[in-house]
Amino acid sequence: MTPALDTSVASASLPMTKALNAALRRAMLDDPKVLLMGEDIGPLGGVFRVTEGLIAEFGDKRVLDTPLAESGIIGTAIGLAMRGFRPVCEIQFDGFVFPGFDQITSQLARMRNRHEGGLIMPVVIRIPYGGHIGSIEHHQESPEAYFAHTPGLRVVSPSNPHDAYWMMQEAIASDDPVIFFEPKSRYWPKGDVRFDESGTPLHASRVVRAGTDVTVVGHGAMVSVLLQAAELATAEGISLEVIDLRSISPIDYRPILGSVQKTGRLVVTQEAPGFVSVGSEIAATVAERSFYTLEAPVLRVSGFDTPFPPAAVETHFLPSPDRVLEAVDRVLAY
Amino acid sequence: MISSTGVFEPSAAAEEFLPYLERLTEADYRRFYRDMVVVRKFDTEAANLQRQGQLALWVPSHGQEAAQVGSAYATRPQDHVFPSYREHVVGMIRGLDVVDILRMLRGVTLGGWVPEEHGNFHLYTLVLASQTLHSTGYAMGMQLDGSTATGNAEIDQAVIVYYGDGASSQGDANEALVFAASYQTPQVFFLQNNHWAISVPVARQSRTPLYLRAAGFGMPGTQIDGNDVLASFAVTAKSMDDARAGHGPSLIEALTYRVGAHTTADDPTKYRDPEELAYWVARDPIVRFRRYLKGLGVEQRFLDDVDDEAADFAADARRRALEITGPEQSVIFDNVYAEPHPLVAEQKAWLERYEASFDEGEN
Repeated sequence: MTPALDTSVASASLPMTKALNAALRRAMLDDPKVLLMGEDIGPLGGVFRVTEGLIAEFGDKRVLDTPLAESGIIGTAIGLAMRGFRPVCEIQFDGFVFPGFDQITSQLARMRNRHEGGLIMPVVIRIPYGGHIGSIEHHQESPEAYFAHTPGLRVVSPSNPHDAYWMMQEAIASDDPVIFFEPKSRYWPKGDVRFDESGTPLHASRVVRAGTDVTVVGHGAMVSVLLQAAELATAEGISLEVIDLRSISPIDYRPILGSVQKTGRLVVTQEAPGFVSVGSEIAATVAERSFYTLEAPVLRVSGFDTPFPPAAVETHFLPSPDRVLEAVDRVLAY
Repeated sequence: MISSTGVFEPSAAAEEFLPYLERLTEADYRRFYRDMVVVRKFDTEAANLQRQGQLALWVPSHGQEAAQVGSAYATRPQDHVFPSYREHVVGMIRGLDVVDILRMLRGVTLGGWVPEEHGNFHLYTLVLASQTLHSTGYAMGMQLDGSTATGNAEIDQAVIVYYGDGASSQGDANEALVFAASYQTPQVFFLQNNHWAISVPVARQSRTPLYLRAAGFGMPGTQIDGNDVLASFAVTAKSMDDARAGHGPSLIEALTYRVGAHTTADDPTKYRDPEELAYWVARDPIVRFRRYLKGLGVEQRFLDDVDDEAADFAADARRRALEITGPEQSVIFDNVYAEPHPLVAEQKAWLERYEASFDEGEN
């Protein structure tokens, strides 16, 4: 067994998987009502090893390897939350959440409302999501818009290990259900995790690279694509301001509107299909609230409105730095 | 146990459950009868309220009173009850004011009561079988927090969940049975087979008697005459005792009949054979138990008093149903989230400003 990570130090360079593992462990140590549920999360540590070592440390009453049934996982998590527990459910892959969709949208999201405030539903549902990993069908989806569309849910996605560490703990501490989208392609790159300073609030978006010409917004794995695009743009003398959305529902518009105030140009990006998407929502809201500061239409760079394609052609489907820059060029042409 | 003519004639299969009847006194029998008669009258009155436009919908329980009353009395105060949406008398027995059920069906609330303040009788769930998973999770929680199988029957807890023949086809019901068996939850699955899922007969839901499915999940399954209140009590009492004692989950299939419509939106004459209805009406649970009580020597005066009490109960429920008011429009936004949410807060403020703007116009 891997020894538990020492989080008493100021910081460490970790991949997101290990940062999430440390966050889950921290939350379980802090609150005996926190428990983990999911498929293969016990001795295997989950297919991405995010829960590695936790069953050995906390036992099978805190880490529940469940039967292979997503609706069952979510539905029983609701019952456990009614009983006062704080379940953290792992859905193995993005495309496998749909058997649990009814329990999430018809039950979990509405339970507190139906009870007229008489209970809380502190359930976190972790969903590894997104492309760039060359996998087979149902393993590279970005279904966040379905959940963002459902009142009663909170939806977040970290883009780096530090945020993953803190946002996971904040999500578990939330008295509302949180759908926690983990960008699979960012699971392995290491990043500095600062254990001695708590992160930004869970639902705050953040400028991660300052710039002056065009604002580009994205979440999860898109943030690293945007940072690459910003680097490439510098060579052409274009300055991009990059905003990491972090929270998909609710959306924190202050940094976005503040940035657009400065640049007058906005490109919103996502791996998900663009039709009725998170990016569409941001475009509409910025147009409503900041019409006179816009120098150009808000453009979206998204996955296409098709099923996620065979992995052999995924690079043509997923928004790349070049596709982001193509949109940047277009908004600058106005 | 009780024949359709009201004679106590337990079958051989009923023998292991007979000791549970020893827990009952004649006062309990009278209470069973009283509750069945009262809820039938209330049920009729509620259907009338719907016909008069006072309820959005009503869900009749006519015909299923024995299954519900017997099983409800087999629970203990510390147990938790997860109903579907037809268990009005179970709620009554657990301490719920039935007018709270009417509030939901009148469209003034999506819930109606606080389960912990009403005998741990949880809210109705309208999506079929969703509650089976909630109940299993809740029962898992009882295990994890050490509230069951301690060996003290006075405090050990268990869960009973109600669902039906239609819901038994749902994935959630089957997943709940898998989880319950895997974790050996303290739980009873009480399946009321009322033979009809709106217009579709039980034969379309299952080619096998539903209680036999329990064996496939790895738990005991028992089929009972659901129109026999004593059978319902005795078998549920044993199953709940076993659950509290840590012997795991079980399934009871109560054979009964939905004498009325599925809901007031339904017309069973379009799909049901009148002879089938007549067959079941002849096996009415209340008539049968009345005959049994008469055989025990219960005086006519008691039976008449119960009829009067039922009429008063229904009239009172009707009166109070018509007095239901509210809710405030703020209920749209309240309790969507436990913690602050900017979009909901903004929309709540907007609606208040928008509606106030009309008042200003009038002044």
